[in-house]
Amino acid sequence: MYEYLVNILFSVTGNQFLAQASVMILIAALPLFVVILPYALAAVLAERKVSAFMQDRIGPNRTGYRGLFQTLADILKLIQKEDIINSEADKKLFNISPLLVFAGSYAAFAAIPFSGMFIGTNAEVGIFFILAISSLVVAGILMGGWASNNKYSLLGAMRSAAQIISYEIPTALVILSIVMLTGTLSLNTISELQTAYFWNWNIFGGAAEGFKQFILIPFMIAGFIILYISTLAEVNRVPFDIPEAESELVSGFHTEYSGMKFAMFFLAEYANMFAVSAIIATVFFGGYQSPFGYLGNTLNFPLLIPFEQFFWFMIKGLFFVFVQMWLRWTLPRLRVDQLMTVCWKYLIPYAFINLIIIGIISLL
Amino acid sequence: MKQYLKNTWEGLYTVIVGMKITFKHLFTPSVTIQYPEVKIPLPERSRNRLYVNIDDCIGCDQCARACPVGCIEIETVKSVPGEDLGKTSNDKKKALWVTKFDIDIAKCCFCSLCVYPCPTECIKMTDIYEYSEFERNNLVYSFSALTKEEAGEKKLNLEKFNAEKEAAKMKQAAPEPEKKQDKNEKESE
Repeated sequence: MYEYLVNILFSVTGNQFLAQASVMILIAALPLFVVILPYALAAVLAERKVSAFMQDRIGPNRTGYRGLFQTLADILKLIQKEDIINSEADKKLFNISPLLVFAGSYAAFAAIPFSGMFIGTNAEVGIFFILAISSLVVAGILMGGWASNNKYSLLGAMRSAAQIISYEIPTALVILSIVMLTGTLSLNTISELQTAYFWNWNIFGGAAEGFKQFILIPFMIAGFIILYISTLAEVNRVPFDIPEAESELVSGFHTEYSGMKFAMFFLAEYANMFAVSAIIATVFFGGYQSPFGYLGNTLNFPLLIPFEQFFWFMIKGLFFVFVQMWLRWTLPRLRVDQLMTVCWKYLIPYAFINLIIIGIISLL
Repeated sequence: MKQYLKNTWEGLYTVIVGMKITFKHLFTPSVTIQYPEVKIPLPERSRNRLYVNIDDCIGCDQCARACPVGCIEIETVKSVPGEDLGKTSNDKKKALWVTKFDIDIAKCCFCSLCVYPCPTECIKMTDIYEYSEFERNNLVYSFSALTKEEAGEKKLNLEKFNAEKEAAKMKQAAPEPEKKQDKNEKESE
């Protein structure tokens, strides 16, 4: 995508540097304005609607047709709000923290392949980059909680740090097993390997041939469940929401934040939700690949394929976001010790065993 | 080890059970009632704001006497012969002008005791319960059909009639000169 756009701009302007710089800015801003912002607006509304329907309520239905503009109105309200910094806070760190959290979750989108064409960077270390850069979120959260000079914030931030760091281990182990199977770290290549029909998806044993594929299925499903649980914990969602546990910590690490800074945390949370859903979709469910072949191929109109791929990718990602919401309104919050038990006593051993078995099978 | 596997299984299984329940609820129609637009019908004998059908009121003051908190204030003026006040809906003759029939709903305790003694069933409970006001004075409901001027006129009419009657009486019985006792008493003191 980068070279393609640079070539176009170069032929128009005739200035190599200008073309490269503007394409870089464009590519950096594109996922934000095309995907994340509209998605976050829709997801907040969806979250409220899903929660309402699951509790037999109606949900927001006053702003616009059936409440469609509710989040837009919320954002407008947040923009107008006074930006309060408490006098005892460490102002510099307090201000940097939401940016850092958002940057961490936003940077992950650089390596996520939305379609064959629409991918920020086709780096060879894609998935590794995502795992590394999302750790920035921990720093941001800890920074914000500590700089707030508020006991609830600090408690929430420390819980969050402990949680995210613990749950990164099973995440990494499961992803490692997939990397072992496919032999690549690039998310684009992983998606390309699962092309054609849905039985080539990694959850159904990947593109391995015959016998091997069937043996892999149960371990892939186990890996998927472990990855799903641990990424759910990484984005601090219910039932792993002890960092912002409303009923015990006011609202955790962002207790002291208001207005647009609060909105940044909110946006980062929803962006993160989609990022991990996208990773799960890419790693186990074929990424942007259609489950039944492409309309563009049938109609002999290859220009349609990237759009179809984008569509399928969004469908898969949003489905997992929906499941996250579904879980949120189903399960109660875990206690801190339960949280650690789930991670260290259950997920990590299972992930290890899974990793070893998948390694052996892939060697067969 | 057995316990460990059992825990794992239960952890996953119970989550699925819970998810099944919430999924079912995703498609059950909501139980929310959109209040100002949609209201639940009230029970038949619910007690809310009072209403007085003043056309039927004969001004008997029974409701005001029954009221335990004294929130009903009634003033009546006798009618002069020749004035026709009409009849109530259950054929009772009205003899009094009801010049004032004020109910202070702020005081009302919704006991419904005023409703039972009414001989013409003109005071009753309605199903209106949304009548909040910013001023407490606005909660005093005035049910009298007569305006202030009309009420004053009726009063004047009655006074005139009474005066005429008195005058007629005076004429019949010859008036005796009154002794001025007050003056004597003062002097004796």
